[in-house]
Amino acid sequence: MNCAEFVELVTEFLDGAMGEPTELRCLVHLARCEGCETYLDQFRQTSAAVGALPGPNLPPAVRDQLLGAFRGLPRD
Amino acid sequence: MAGPRELPSDEVLVQRLRAGDEETFALVLDSWSGGMLRLAMSFVSTKDSAEEAVQDTWLAVIRGIDNFEGRASLKTWVYRILVNTAKARGTKESRTVPFASLLPEEEGPTVDAERFRAPGEQYAGHWVAGQEPRPWHIPEDHVLRGEVRELIAEAIDELPPRLRTVVTLRDVAGYGSEEVCSLLEISPGNQRVLLHRGRALLRRKLESYLFGAQGVAGGRGRA
Repeated sequence: MNCAEFVELVTEFLDGAMGEPTELRCLVHLARCEGCETYLDQFRQTSAAVGALPGPNLPPAVRDQLLGAFRGLPRD
Repeated sequence: MAGPRELPSDEVLVQRLRAGDEETFALVLDSWSGGMLRLAMSFVSTKDSAEEAVQDTWLAVIRGIDNFEGRASLKTWVYRILVNTAKARGTKESRTVPFASLLPEEEGPTVDAERFRAPGEQYAGHWVAGQEPRPWHIPEDHVLRGEVRELIAEAIDELPPRLRTVVTLRDVAGYGSEEVCSLLEISPGNQRVLLHRGRALLRRKLESYLFGAQGVAGGRGRA
């Protein structure tokens, strides 16, 4: 396996979605290639950074309206 | 990904919502609406439309909570309503995001071929010296505040819609690949291609930001 092949397999590798032979070839490649190890780590960091991103806020008027709708629902 | 606050279990949440507990409703509303807005944006054309999709979703949740059967998690159920609502809106706005097959621009390498040794050369397909990724360190508070946060938020907004949808579901909302395939009616293989391309574009943006527009080519010193 070369680096150009490995960089396309990173998501599959992180998902644990590949067959054992391919996974083994990735691990062997990683053990020998600092650049690809860094690439893999940066993919993980990118994914984590995206996950840590705070979302935009709902406008307060919409939030109030939804709380009002929840309050106003007839319940038995 | 877990939100900033720990939520009670689904069982407790659903019971309280059915009982009309306003505090619980405010809690889920505030915990999930941000991610929902970001997701809705990938289906519709404007921020206003995304806000309306999220609003409609919550109204459907309020009215439908008695019908929630608990086969999926509450969050998955809410997000499924959102995806359907936002998709329907997108169709009306002629901004459909069909997932059945890949577009030509979504296939092919995700890393610039120039960074690898050419076919026929010794070590073909391996990093060209000086083009290999250089290690970086992003302090966590730079992600939460600061420029990196802005950069990532912008980069997500700039992703092609289908890539943004999958990246948002997987990395923002924290769904597994099976759930995403089921929500979007997409094959596992195509889901992975879109996610991979989206993440690769975001990684490249971070790399350019951290090492300058030249990426790795500019400086040879190891960080």
